[in-house]
Amino acid sequence: MKNGFLIFLAVFVALGGSWCGFVLAPELQLGGAKQTTILNSSEVYPVGRPGEANQGLSVYRANGCVACHTEQVRQSGVACDVVLTSAGKNETAVINVVVAFIKNTPEFAPVNLPKIILHGVSKEVADSAADKITAAGGKTEIHMAATGPDITRGWGMRQSVAEDYLYDQPVQLGSLRAGPDLSNVGTRADANWQLLHLYAPQSVVKGSSMPPFRYLFEVRKIGREPSPDALKLAPEFAPAAGYEVVPGPEARELAAYLSSLRANAPLFSAPISP
Amino acid sequence: MIENKQNEDFGRAALPRRQADRQVSPTGSVDASLRVPLLALLGGAAFWLVVSSALAMIASIKFHAPDFLADYAWLTYGRVQPAADDALLYGFCIPAGLGVALWLFAQLGQTPLRGTIVPVVAAKLWHLGVLVGLVGILSGNSTGFAWLEFPRAGSIILFFAYLLLALWAMMNFAARRERALYPSHWFLVAALFWFPWIYSTANLFLVAWPVRGVVQDVIGWWFSANLLFVWLALVGIGTAFYFLPKFSGRPLQGYYLALYTFWMLILFGTWCGIPPGAPVPAWLPTVSSYAAVLTVVPVLSIGVIMWQTLCGGQMCAVRGGPFCFIRFGLASFLLSSLMVIAMVYPRISRVTEFTWFGPAQTQLQLYGFFAMTMFGAIYHLLPRVVGFEWPFPKFARLQFWVSMPGVVLFIVPLMMGGVVQGMKLNDPNIAFLDATRATLVFFRFSTTGLLLILLGNLLFALNIFAMTFVWEKSLLKKAFAIVTAPLEKSSASASLRRDQEVKA
Repeated sequence: MKNGFLIFLAVFVALGGSWCGFVLAPELQLGGAKQTTILNSSEVYPVGRPGEANQGLSVYRANGCVACHTEQVRQSGVACDVVLTSAGKNETAVINVVVAFIKNTPEFAPVNLPKIILHGVSKEVADSAADKITAAGGKTEIHMAATGPDITRGWGMRQSVAEDYLYDQPVQLGSLRAGPDLSNVGTRADANWQLLHLYAPQSVVKGSSMPPFRYLFEVRKIGREPSPDALKLAPEFAPAAGYEVVPGPEARELAAYLSSLRANAPLFSAPISP
Repeated sequence: MIENKQNEDFGRAALPRRQADRQVSPTGSVDASLRVPLLALLGGAAFWLVVSSALAMIASIKFHAPDFLADYAWLTYGRVQPAADDALLYGFCIPAGLGVALWLFAQLGQTPLRGTIVPVVAAKLWHLGVLVGLVGILSGNSTGFAWLEFPRAGSIILFFAYLLLALWAMMNFAARRERALYPSHWFLVAALFWFPWIYSTANLFLVAWPVRGVVQDVIGWWFSANLLFVWLALVGIGTAFYFLPKFSGRPLQGYYLALYTFWMLILFGTWCGIPPGAPVPAWLPTVSSYAAVLTVVPVLSIGVIMWQTLCGGQMCAVRGGPFCFIRFGLASFLLSSLMVIAMVYPRISRVTEFTWFGPAQTQLQLYGFFAMTMFGAIYHLLPRVVGFEWPFPKFARLQFWVSMPGVVLFIVPLMMGGVVQGMKLNDPNIAFLDATRATLVFFRFSTTGLLLILLGNLLFALNIFAMTFVWEKSLLKKAFAIVTAPLEKSSASASLRRDQEVKA
C-alpha cells in the first residue's frame, strides 16, 4: 500500500462491514422489539419492574455487581415427556402402539389417565410417538423441560432469551460467575433474605466469598422502640448491644431489584411446560 | 525481484547502516521535537500503570479476605476491579500506544513534530479524562458496560484528546519527508482511525441515546473486541514490526505476507467478540465464531513473520531489555489470540464460559502482550528523545525479570483455575460454593504474580519519573544560567558603553 488514503479505505471497508453487521443489523432486528405473550396465555411479557426495583438496578450497576454475577441461564437441550391423556375409542390399537414404546413393561392399561408413557426423550422421539398414538386414535400431550447444568442447579427453568432484558437499562448480562447466576434469584429468596445476605453474606451462606455491603446499611442506637426494619441478625454478626442495623434506601432498592429477578415465563422462543 | 527491492526499501529505515545517514539528516531535531509530548503522555501513562496494579491488588486480596476494606463504598470489589482494568487500558495502554505511534511516524518519515503544544495539551487532557473516569467509577457512576465504564464526562474528554493526538500524528504522517510507507505505517494509521469510530459508536448507542435490550450487549461486545483485540493488535504488532528488523539486523521478512496479515487482521478481527450461547439471535454468535476461527490466519502469519525475521539474523547490538520485552509480548499475543479462538469452539466454550479463563485471556492481551511490547519500545525510544540515558539503566532488565514471571504467575494459574471452575460448574452435583472454593488455590498464585507485576510497574514508573525530574532540573539550570549570565558582552551593555564614551 502506497499512501494513507488506501489505508483509510481499508479501515472503512473492514470496520464499516462489521459496523453494519453488529451495530446496525441487530438494532434493525431487535431495536423495535415489543412485549411478547407468555405461551398458552394472554399475559404479556416482560412487564417493566416496579419503581423501587428499577432504582435497584442502578444500585446494582453503581456497585459493579456484574463483575461477579451473570444474569443469563444456559440450556443444553430439552427433555420431553409424552403423556397419554385419552385412549380414544380404539383402546387396543393405542395399547399396541404404547407397548411398542415401553419395552420393559409389556402390560399397559389406559387407566388413571393422564399417564406419562415416555420420559425424558428428545423432541423428535416425542413428536413421532405422539403422531403414532394420534394416528391410532389416542390423545397425547408433550411436556417440555429444559436441561443443562444451570437448570439442574435451580438457576432457572429455561435458557435466557433476548426478551428477558427488554426493559433493563443498562442490561447487566455479566461474563463471570464468581457468584451464582441471578436471572431467577427472585424465585429463590425474598427481600428480607437479600438484606441479611447483603449486610453479612456469611450469616446466611456459610463460606460465601461475597464481600459484605455494610456501607448500604446504617448501624444506629436503638431509639425509644427498635425499628421494625432492623435486621434480625445471628448473634455473631449483630452489632453491639443497644444498636440495630437498618437498611438504607439503596439497600432496600437493591433488595427489591433482586427480588424482581424472575425470567422463567415460557415463551415461543424458549418453550417449556409450566 | 520486485519483492526483493521492496524488502530493501522498507527494511532500510530500520537497518543499522541507516544510522550513518541519520547523523546527516536532522534526526536530532526529530527526536527533540517529541520530547515534551512524549514525556507528558508516557509520564501520565506510567502513573496510571502503577495505580492500575495497586487497584488490581486490592481487588485480588478481596478474594482471600472478603472483609478487606469492605466498609468503604468506593473500594468495593465491583468498583475497584473495573477501575483497575480501565486504568490499565485507558490510563496506560492507549496513551503509551499513541506516544509510540507519534515517535514511529516522526522516525520513519524523518519529520519533526510541529506545533508540539497541541499534543502536550492533548496528553494532559487525556490523563485528566482518565482521572475523571476513574473517580466516576469509584464514586458509583460507572455506566455498567464492560470496558466502557467511564461516565460521560470522562469519555468526552478522552474522545477529544484522542482526536487531537491522532490529528497531530496524521499531520506528521502526511508531511513525512521519507515518502515510502513501511508496514508499521499501515497498522498504526489504521489504529488511529479505528478508535474514534468504535468509541463514538459505543458511547452514542450505549450511554448517550441507549438502544434497547440485548442490542446494548451486542454493541458492547463489538466495541470491546474491536478495542481489546483489533486496536491493541494493530498498535502492538505495528510497533513490533518496526523493532524486529532492528533486533535481527535483517529486513522484515515478507512485504506481501505483512500486507496479507494486515488485511486478514482487520477483516476478521473486527467481527469477533460475541460469545457463543449469548441470549441474542443465533446468527450473531455464529458469524462471530466463524470470524474468530478465521483470525487464526493473521495470527499464524504474524508468528511466521516474527520467526523468519528473527531467525538467521545476526542479533545485533540492541539485544538487552527492549528485545526481551517485545519478544515476550509477541509470544503472549500468539497465546492470547489462540485462547480467543479456542473460546468459540462449542466444546471448549461450554467449560470456559463464565469462568476466570476469559479474564485470564484479557489480561494476557492487555499486559502480557501490549504493555510488555510498549515497555520494550519505551525503553528504546525515551533516552533518544530526551537526549540522555535512563537514570537507572539497569532497571530495564530488572523489570523484565520481575514482570515476565509476574505475568506467567498471574495468567497461567488463572487459566487453569478457570478450567477447573468450569468443569465443576458443569457438574450440577458439585455445590456452587465448592466450585468457587476450588479456584482459591489458583488465586494464591495469581495474587503473587500480581504483586510482581506491581513491583515491575513501580520500577518502570520510577525510571520515567526520575528521567522527567532530571530533565526538568536541567531545564531549570539552563534557565537559571540564562538569567544570571553576565551582561558585559551583550549589545545592551555595549550601547551603554558607547553612550558613556559619547558623554565623555
